[in-house]
Amino acid sequence: MKRVVITGAGTVNALGLDVPSTLAAMAEGKCGIGELNFRDVDRLAIKIGGQIHAWDAEGQFNRQQMALYDRFTQFTLVAAQQAIGQSGLEFVGELALRSGVILGTSGGGLTTQDDNYRMVYEEGKNRVHPFVVPKLMNNAACSHVSMEYNIKGPCYTVATACASSNHAMGQAFNMIRCGMSTAMITGGSESMLCFGGVKAWEGLRVMSKDACRPFSLNRNGMVQGEGAAVFVFEEMEHAQKRGAEILAEVIGFAMTSDASDIVMPSKQGAARAISGAITDARINKDEIGYINAHGTGTAANDKTECAAVADALGAHADNIMISSTKSMHGHLIGGTGAVELLACIMALKDGIIAPTINYEEPDPECALDVVPNEARDAQVDVALSNAFAFGGLNAVLALRKAP
Amino acid sequence: MALDVKEKIIEIIAEQAVLDPSDVSLDQTLEALGIDSLGLVESIFAIEEAFDITVPFNANEPDQSEFDISSVAAIVKAVQGLIEDQKA
Repeated sequence: MKRVVITGAGTVNALGLDVPSTLAAMAEGKCGIGELNFRDVDRLAIKIGGQIHAWDAEGQFNRQQMALYDRFTQFTLVAAQQAIGQSGLEFVGELALRSGVILGTSGGGLTTQDDNYRMVYEEGKNRVHPFVVPKLMNNAACSHVSMEYNIKGPCYTVATACASSNHAMGQAFNMIRCGMSTAMITGGSESMLCFGGVKAWEGLRVMSKDACRPFSLNRNGMVQGEGAAVFVFEEMEHAQKRGAEILAEVIGFAMTSDASDIVMPSKQGAARAISGAITDARINKDEIGYINAHGTGTAANDKTECAAVADALGAHADNIMISSTKSMHGHLIGGTGAVELLACIMALKDGIIAPTINYEEPDPECALDVVPNEARDAQVDVALSNAFAFGGLNAVLALRKAP
Repeated sequence: MALDVKEKIIEIIAEQAVLDPSDVSLDQTLEALGIDSLGLVESIFAIEEAFDITVPFNANEPDQSEFDISSVAAIVKAVQGLIEDQKA
């Protein structure tokens, strides 16, 4: 089996428009969540989110590109440019054929759908732009990355709601590990912060009107975010031979299904995914120092997740740090695992543990070290990243400090 | 009106519980009627649609909600209050 390392990372999210600014914001415990600003926001009951207010699409893409790029594709392309740029890879010849793109998203071009449904239903128009379909399709971002960088191997998009990007990265990892690919561009993107996107979530009544407070006793729901994170996963020897900087090693991945409820999480399903990732990584659970939690800030997720971690790690659960960076950047749904992987890389590479901000009151059902409110310096060798989706689909990645 | 509200709410809850309205009594809890968290959210949606009101309910903190869901009678009372408040 081949070893897999990360040689490039890029992101745009409510905390920053690149990796350094995002990690700096996480280390400072900054909150990127604020008032939403888009058409018809006054008709929503939920008016906050991790929106990228500084996004300047027109400044980055030409007219032809704008006609084809939904906001989730724009986010992806900018994050991919940063990641591939950092990696220094050029996809030509054999490498182009042996590389692929696997990205996660849940809503895909939801903003494009929202805009165009509004036009035909509300405004009564009978014509839509010819590129509505290629703009809204879930694989649009993946295909544009493939086209932009001449990546000609396995390319596809994974949609498993809030676990999409973890599933995508797990697939990318396994493709390199088994020898199918040399390099994979992977991660995820989401852009659901439009009227229809938030209205749909509002209906489920699990959203907070004021803040995302994971693990805190007074938590009252999730807050949506938007953005993307994209990584270059590369076969280790290939990376070492060309002297690439290695950000971290990906060592394990597991996925499970609760097979029980469409929205309520299951402790058993989550615990099986965590244990599975540990087994797959061939590590002792005592080596784990940090877990980036799914930590949505809902009543159900956070207590179930803490119970699952306690189940999977046993007594070692009391020694690890577990934090939810969703408190800062919001829940990026299909892109969330990708942005959260950055917190794992920061823990392993820089020895900084991102905090869970907005933590106000301890919850006896979340009695783990959730790194409340302030980042911490700590040496960590192995980190896990949890994602537990609606539909009961769980995906956990294990990372190790760069060799 | 008060009678209509009660009847309509019982009808909504009965439909959610897959029971005949005559089998739903005011002192029952939703739990006793076999209505889970998804069923509750759906019932509240149906109540909002039926009476054109907004029900303040967050599934994360059902106990702290201003909207009392502890029994069928409590829901009826709460909805009557909301209809009064939101009549304007």
